[in-house]
Amino acid sequence: MSWFKQFAQSSIGAKSAVALTGLAMVGFVVAHLSGNLLVFAGRDAINGYSEWLHSKGALLWVARIGLLAMVGLHIFFTIKLNLHNKDARPVAYVKKTYTKAKPTSRSMVLSGLVLLSYIVYHLAHLTFRVTNPEFAQLDVYTMLISSFRSPMVSLSYIVGMVLLGAHLSHGVTSLFQTLGLNHPKYNPIIRAIGPILGVVLALGFSSIPVSVLFGLVQ
Amino acid sequence: MKLKLHVWRQKNAKTQGKMVTYDAPNVSPHMSFLEMLDVVNEDLIAKGEEPIAFEHDCREGICGSCSLMINGVAHGPQKATTTCQLHMRTFKDGDEIYIEPWRAKAFPIIKDLVVDRSAFDRIIQAGGYVSVNAGGAQDANCLPVPKDTADQAMDAAQCIGCGACVAACKNASAMLFTSAKVSHLGLLPQGQPERQRRALNMVQQMDKEGFGNCTNQYECEAVCPKEISVRFIARMNRDYLNASICGSGPEKKAGGGED
Repeated sequence: MSWFKQFAQSSIGAKSAVALTGLAMVGFVVAHLSGNLLVFAGRDAINGYSEWLHSKGALLWVARIGLLAMVGLHIFFTIKLNLHNKDARPVAYVKKTYTKAKPTSRSMVLSGLVLLSYIVYHLAHLTFRVTNPEFAQLDVYTMLISSFRSPMVSLSYIVGMVLLGAHLSHGVTSLFQTLGLNHPKYNPIIRAIGPILGVVLALGFSSIPVSVLFGLVQ
Repeated sequence: MKLKLHVWRQKNAKTQGKMVTYDAPNVSPHMSFLEMLDVVNEDLIAKGEEPIAFEHDCREGICGSCSLMINGVAHGPQKATTTCQLHMRTFKDGDEIYIEPWRAKAFPIIKDLVVDRSAFDRIIQAGGYVSVNAGGAQDANCLPVPKDTADQAMDAAQCIGCGACVAACKNASAMLFTSAKVSHLGLLPQGQPERQRRALNMVQQMDKEGFGNCTNQYECEAVCPKEISVRFIARMNRDYLNASICGSGPEKKAGGGED
């Protein structure tokens, strides 16, 4: 396995790990959104979906641990790469002008870190229900509605999802390049897919707290 | 034209450097950027001061010797242009210009604006050789190369190794340079026998030299005087992944026959 060690320690190997774990998490986020949107189909639809998920028992835990591993590896390799990057330019320029880098691509570490703190809050809030112990007795639908009626809670979710969109608008397009997928014929699609997915996910997720705030879903 | 220059002065690799301001009162818009520095240096020499050290050779945009971060952009504001081909008409009378050396751990400063780019030479050396059969010369065109492939190989081969890609990258990554060198041989039939090994060895050397990692922001492509495309970076990633995952592993000792 010496080739694997060498590969994982190389810049391209580490970058591929970030790309692949990122891709896995994108898959999860898309599935998560499609589940969440059932809230618009009514109380029974989303409660039924939640019961179906929880009936999977061990399988659900396999998925959860797998997802946690993806998050962990994504962060581990990003930190490793980032420290190396900082080390590669010990003396900064007095004047530096950016010509092509976008705000979303330049703030990946920041958007990633805020997203991480968002995820911790979100898990404590709706998965483990630590922030509001009274949720333990409630069904998913009631829990969502009562949570998102608070403008502060809704706002923190919306900010989290806007940052998710920003993170993915660079990340998703970028992962194609890292994995070597760059072709003039497909580049217009590759360039567009990150920003499109970012906007769709941010709007899709945010639509739920916004609808609750404005009383469209009760 | 009258200009105010802020130039990085550093005596040698061991001393601390700092920005020093100079006035350039008689600049012709027809001068190249380096000729402008020549004139400033003449004045410094006349005053008995140490002239500003900068690297240059062909002054026609093909050798890759000149460098300079000009107002925070490698090779200055004009697209697809080396510093020696940049003319002062690109600037306005009264402009302030910041002039700095390439900054990267892998490019240590030798003096003022001159940096040591031999890390690039070592990456090229790590690429090794291409197999060429000895004996009589082949007939011309007996190895068919599609026009599109030949064009791409030529695009990659345009790299002059100036290091602007490293200088512009926020991570001081050498991916554009290395990918151009990996690709211009990897695209051609003559480069196939050693293609995997070349990608592995050159990437390994690049990492060893202490360059940063690519974050796909494409600042390198924007400043490259030869307009090398980031498409080659993807190509190198592909070659490297292929060589690592599907390749036959570490190189065996040279020499034919059985061990």
